[in-house]
Amino acid sequence: MIEFRGVTKQFPDGTIAVHDVDIVIPPRKTTVLVGSSGSGKTTLLRMINRMVDPTGGQVLIDGTDVATVDPVKLRRGIGYVMQNSGLLPHRKVIDNVATVPLLRGESRRAAHAHALELLDTVGLDRSLADRYPAQLSGGQQQRVGVARGLAVDPNILLMDEPFGAVDPIVRAELQQELLRLQGELGKTVVFVTHDIDEAFLLGDQVVIMQQGGLISQAASPAEILAHPADSFVADFVGADRGKRALHVTEVDGRRVVVDADGRAAGVLAS
Amino acid sequence: MNWLWSNLDLVGELMLVHLALSVPAIILSFVVSVPIGWLAHRYRWSRGVLLSICGLLYAIPSLALFIALPAFTGLSLRSPVNLVIALTLYGVAVIVRTSADAFDSVERDIRQSATAVGYSAAGRFWGVELPLAGPVLLSGLRVVIVSTVSLATVGAVIGVPSLGSLFTDGFQRGIQIEIITGIVATIVLALGLDALSVLLGRLLMPWTRRASSNGRVLTARRVREETA
Repeated sequence: MIEFRGVTKQFPDGTIAVHDVDIVIPPRKTTVLVGSSGSGKTTLLRMINRMVDPTGGQVLIDGTDVATVDPVKLRRGIGYVMQNSGLLPHRKVIDNVATVPLLRGESRRAAHAHALELLDTVGLDRSLADRYPAQLSGGQQQRVGVARGLAVDPNILLMDEPFGAVDPIVRAELQQELLRLQGELGKTVVFVTHDIDEAFLLGDQVVIMQQGGLISQAASPAEILAHPADSFVADFVGADRGKRALHVTEVDGRRVVVDADGRAAGVLAS
Repeated sequence: MNWLWSNLDLVGELMLVHLALSVPAIILSFVVSVPIGWLAHRYRWSRGVLLSICGLLYAIPSLALFIALPAFTGLSLRSPVNLVIALTLYGVAVIVRTSADAFDSVERDIRQSATAVGYSAAGRFWGVELPLAGPVLLSGLRVVIVSTVSLATVGAVIGVPSLGSLFTDGFQRGIQIEIITGIVATIVLALGLDALSVLLGRLLMPWTRRASSNGRVLTARRVREETA
């Protein structure tokens, strides 16, 4: 379990990125931090592995304040996946996946053997192991990034807009893949995105943030749709318009669900 | 041409002497400039000062530096060590800006991601920043190689033997072929060292080789995969 207690981050120039945040991130679930740019979601994520240190409050992992843990050691125990994969361009795919185990001092042979298994896990062909990242497609690179994040079998996986830079088709594929993986592995995933659809698809808990690092609502997608905390949330999730504002009409005795524009979204199962 | 055939031994020997002067200076310039370049990259405020001071070194006339150095080092004017130090200073002046640029060229995302997965500061320097700065560092090194090999000839004027001795001797004795031999041998040496450095770069940085030679194939493959 990850817990934010009254966490604030003010940068030296005075900007407040995160303001007095309290959240509990439950174990073995996916929590998605969603908001527009400048809402402090990435800053919040980076406080978990001490890429950013808060200026006020505490971040606790299983009851331990991360400020008391050596940052390098802490990071080696937490999976991290970022946009544009963040792979090391000068290391082969296999070495990229094995990065953290090698840093931890595992033998090269063991680390490589495990890395090959991880390529299977994320649905990549083992023949890609000897390629350099630049020789892969964007989607493949992102899968390698996920494999690297899983390499030390961490309890916590931090994902910073990991699918932000790939095209929509590949993104949809990667999202499904993540859902499958999460079903198998049950990690504590903290996922940052600005895409509310992605947040609702992946999140067990969705945390909606607004400008200045304030949390508007933290709840399950269904609850957010049913009871948006305020007009900002209602507007952000689009509860009152488009494809989320569904209503039922009757067509030849069957109940058809249509969206705000009158487009058919499906049939109500009775 | 007669002069050349009867003095092949001398030319060969001077080439070795010339190598012994320039190679240490080239290596030292590289080794000294990398940390300075890294400092200039890492601490923005130091950049202007460091790069200006190092750049100014190049403005000192070479003969003046050769003659003035013994006062600081306590070595004799004709000591080869003196010349190596002077050549190193010029080498640093040439390469230090490129060194700073080399570290700037490493993408911020990659540095951050290395930190995020648990590289220590030192581990990140040796394992990520230095190798990724490699291609730009190499381009700087190539300039230093050529300039050092050429500048080393000036040592002949103060009596440190090198291929430059062929110029001074040729001028004094009016042997044109000796001067030409000196020039050609210097160029051959510079080009040879340059080729060696490129080869070494390809060996040490295999990822740059693959990326460029497979570039076209890659793009085609990527397009295929992403449209599939």
